Order: sequence, then C-alpha cells, then structure tokens
Amino acid sequence: MTLDRRNFIKLLGGASSLALAACAGTGGLSGPTGGRRVVVVGGGYGGTIAAKYIRMMDSSIEVVLIERNDHFVSCPFSNLYIGGLMKDLTPLTIKYDKLAANHGVKVLQAEVTGVDAATKVVKTSTGDVTYDRLVLSPGIEFRTEEIKGYDLAATPEIMPHAWKAGPQTILLRKQLEAMKAGGNVVISIPLAPFRCPPGPYERASMIAMYLKQHKPGSKVIILDANPDIVSKKGLFLKGWKKHYDGLIDYRAAKKVTEIDTRGMAVLIEGIEEVKGAVINVIPPQKAGHIAHVAGVVGTDKKWCPVNPMTFESTLHKNIHVVGDSCVAGAMPKSGYSANSEAKACATNIVNAMNGKELIDFSGINTCYSFLSAKEAVEVTGVYKVDKGAIIAVPGSVGVSPDLSETEAIYAESWLKNILTEMST
Amino acid sequence: MTMKWSGWALAAGVLAVSAMAQAAPPTAAMLSNACAGCHGTHGGSAGPSMPSLAGQSDKAIVDAMKKFKSGARPATVMGRLAKGYSDAEIAAMGEFFSKQKLHATNQTLDKAKIAKGASLQEANCGRCHLEDGKEGKDDTPAMASQWLPYMQIQMADYLSGKRKMPEQMQEKVKPMSKADLEALLHFYASVK
Repeated sequence: MTLDRRNFIKLLGGASSLALAACAGTGGLSGPTGGRRVVVVGGGYGGTIAAKYIRMMDSSIEVVLIERNDHFVSCPFSNLYIGGLMKDLTPLTIKYDKLAANHGVKVLQAEVTGVDAATKVVKTSTGDVTYDRLVLSPGIEFRTEEIKGYDLAATPEIMPHAWKAGPQTILLRKQLEAMKAGGNVVISIPLAPFRCPPGPYERASMIAMYLKQHKPGSKVIILDANPDIVSKKGLFLKGWKKHYDGLIDYRAAKKVTEIDTRGMAVLIEGIEEVKGAVINVIPPQKAGHIAHVAGVVGTDKKWCPVNPMTFESTLHKNIHVVGDSCVAGAMPKSGYSANSEAKACATNIVNAMNGKELIDFSGINTCYSFLSAKEAVEVTGVYKVDKGAIIAVPGSVGVSPDLSETEAIYAESWLKNILTEMST
Repeated sequence: MTMKWSGWALAAGVLAVSAMAQAAPPTAAMLSNACAGCHGTHGGSAGPSMPSLAGQSDKAIVDAMKKFKSGARPATVMGRLAKGYSDAEIAAMGEFFSKQKLHATNQTLDKAKIAKGASLQEANCGRCHLEDGKEGKDDTPAMASQWLPYMQIQMADYLSGKRKMPEQMQEKVKPMSKADLEALLHFYASVK
C-alpha cells in the first residue's frame, strides 16, 4: 500500500474527504472530538440557513452558530434605506433567538480568533469550540491594500463603504442628508467579482432618487473600475434615463487607486482626481477574514475554492465555505445564492455524517434591484453541477423585461420570506 | 504511522469510492429547498405576494410549473425559473410540496367579507375548490389560508385576461360582482 493520504484524496477528488469524514463521525478515525458537532461561523444569509437546515434534517447533530453580533442586518434592501424609503433598519434586522428556540441551534456570541484545521478547533473570544465539521459563511473583507491611503478603521468613517449593512449604512444616509444642495455624490465600484453585482447601480438609483427630491443641483458620479455596468445594464440605463436623466454621471473603466480623505477626493489610476461632497468608496473585495485565518483561501488570495457539491474546502477537509467567500462557479455573490449553497452544504454534511450518499447541487438565485420608490427589476437563474462545476441551467437565467411595479411588490415579499427563513 | 494511514485509506476507500460513484442526482428536497428563499421553509410563505406551496397537490404544482415554462401563465421570475427544471424534477418538487402541511397564515381580513364569501363559496366554487379550499379537484390549487394579496393579484390577472381562466371558472366568475369575488378571496384566506 503505497498510496498515502494526500495522493488518496487527490485521486478521488473532493468527495472522498467527505466520505472519509463520515467515518470520522462514527468510527473515530480522525479528529479528537469523535462527536457529531457542526460549528457554523457567521450568522448571515448563508450561516443561519446552514445551521437551521442541519438541525431540521438531523436533530441528533449538535449545531453551534458563532456570530460576533447579537443581530444581523441585511445588505439586500439596505440601498432603500440609503435612498430614504425606510425610516430605520428594523425591516432588515434579524435576531437568532428563534433559531435556538425552534431548532435547537446553540448560538454563541463571540469573535472567532483562529481555526486549527488539524485538531478541529475554533478559537473564539470566549474559548475553544471543537467541531467535526466547520461551516464558514464569513461574507467579505476589503482589499484595502489596493487603495493607497485607505485605512480599514478610519477611512470608512469619512468615506463609508456601506457594503456591510448596519452602522455604515446609517452613516452614508446621514452624510447624504447633511450634504449641501449642489454637492456631488461619488460612488466608486471595484472590479468584479464583488458582493452583489447589481448593488452599486441600485445604490446610484436610490441616491439619485433622493437627490432629485431633496438636493437640487446635486448629482451622482459613478466611477466604475469595470469596463461596463456589471449587471442588469439595459434596465439600469433605462431607469436612469426615465427617472434621473442628467443626475447620474456614469464613467466606465475608472479604477480608484488612491483616496484623499482630507481633500474629499479620489484618484483614478493615481492621476485623475474626482472630488465629492459625499464619497462612497466600495473597495475591492476578498473572502471574509475568518476564511483567511482558517487557511481556506485559494492561491488568488481572494476567494475560497470549494467542492461544488458539498462546499467543502479543497484545501482543508471538514471545513466548508458558503456564501460570498466561496467560488461557486456561475453563481453570483448574492444573498439568495448563499441561501441555496448553505442548504446543499447542510444536506451533504448530514448525509456524510450519516454515511449516506452525497447529493448533487441544485440551487437558485433571485435578486431584485429597485430603480425608484415603486419600481424594481430582477435577475434569476437555476444552477446545477455539470462536469464538476456549478453552471447556470440554460434558459433559466435572465432579467426582467422592463421596470415594473409588480416586481417591486414581489421584491418586498422576497425580503420578508428570506429573512423569515433565516430567523425562524 | 504508515500502517495507520494505509489502513485508514483502505477502510475509507470503499465508502469514498461508493460516494463518488453514487453521487445522486438532486433529490426532491434538494430541488425544493432552493424555492424556500421566496416561498418559505417547506413552502410556507411569509410574504403576502408569494404563494404558499405547502399542501398544494402535486398536480396543481406541476400544472402551474408547466404553464410557467410554456409561457401560458404570466409570470415575472417563474417563467425563467421553470425552464431550469426537467419534467421529472418538476414532478419531484410537486410531490415534495404536496407532502407538507398546509401553511396557516395570520392575515388582516374583513369579517363581513369572510361571512359573505362563506355564503357564496359552496354553490359557486365548491365543485373544484373542495373542503373550503383546503383541497382542489385535479389540478385546482388549494386556497385555504393562502395570502390574500397573492390571490388578489391572480384574480386581477384572470379578469384582465392576462391569465387564462379555466372554462368552468369562467362560467361562475362572469356573473359575479367584484365585491363578491373579493369576499370569496377573504373567505379562502381565512380558512385554517
């Protein structure tokens, strides 16, 4: 027997490590815990669903959900607050008490400080937690090193990113309210892939809506690092023409490389300066901090490669990554994608732990964007695994034919349903 | 150590290989769980314009999905999403949701309209919408406890001709006033 463990895993691909771990759960072949505990880190769109679905499918598996906050604020729909369509963030906020009460998820409010993949331990601010399986759904972190002058702590207080919902969302709104009429709002968009591809363009729409009503003479300047609008292009252009003609100055291929918080300016490629009264710098992104700590980020140093069926890291067995942090093939980095990914991950974790066969991935993305107070558009798609990669099922991917009040009504129910699913 | 790894690999090998070989196509649950982001866990909707799928008959789900797929039924997202599934997958999803318990909703409804609807429903709709709308004949959807806003959107689509009304339904609906139809929807939404 010359086959060592490493070659063995390589030979059989990602699925093998899951099957091996199925033995670990019952036979104690690897790992010191020998129990049936799944630890989920991150209580957002992916983590809550993974925790809940594992418990729904097999209540004999202990699930510990570790999240540093006692609540979660949804990024989807937070642009509506920024535009003034919501008086506070309550409709976007969920708590975890019902996940505990209804499903027996053990919620631990703590900061994760380390992951030891070899001994299967998550280190937290309140102590160590051992696991048989670890699910990471840590969202995103910013590649601030790509913007000269950007300080992760200080800069967002002056030039909010508002790309993690909560205090940042409120700050951006406050800055807009305080801005003198006639001032310009600058939105800088990083190169794709980033969280929520249509999000920056929806934000521009919502801010333009507010400026039109309350700040005569003001406009939005979009500095897009991408060569063109990344998502729902035709619909955004149509909506801007219809509602905000002359109020949105879209500039393609303008990559912000430097900022000047004192001069309230950004620099494009280190040369061209653009000033703004309010500057919303959305920095380039990478997997959430915890993914880097756990060593599951790929050679690109940005995102986490995973098995497309189980969402198990290809770098560390027994660690799964779902949501914005993972590379999920054709699926966009959206809340709904995270929801679908978490369910498939949960299904296959439960199956692996019970020695049952693994199930191929099937998932959906639906993503709504508001163009005005009453009109929304959407993009949808059904996704499956084909030849080892997640692909869009032909014919299922597409966008709304037009701006639509009906879509806006459905969008409201989308939010209600998805947040209810995460929190009850 | 060498011994240990070899033994481990050997013991696990059978399982691993079988897991690879048998990676099963998406199950009914795998397919249907993806719908829950919009239709609620197990198809019990919390969003007033999205219908609950829980407790619908498999025939009703399959009929709806096929009409979405062909374009016969007007839709926003569903026309595209339905194209993402084979007939066998749609049948599996229909079966999954038909096995879930009817989802009880708490809605603000008009008591007088509920009473009026209750008096109209048996004679007018009871042939297809069975058991106070808890069940449906053939591919007739269950309406009990369904969201009022969802049903109002559908009724508006029926009346405008956007959604094709079944012939038997046309016979009954045509002579009815809008107030009567509204009362019927309040009644069905109230049934638990």
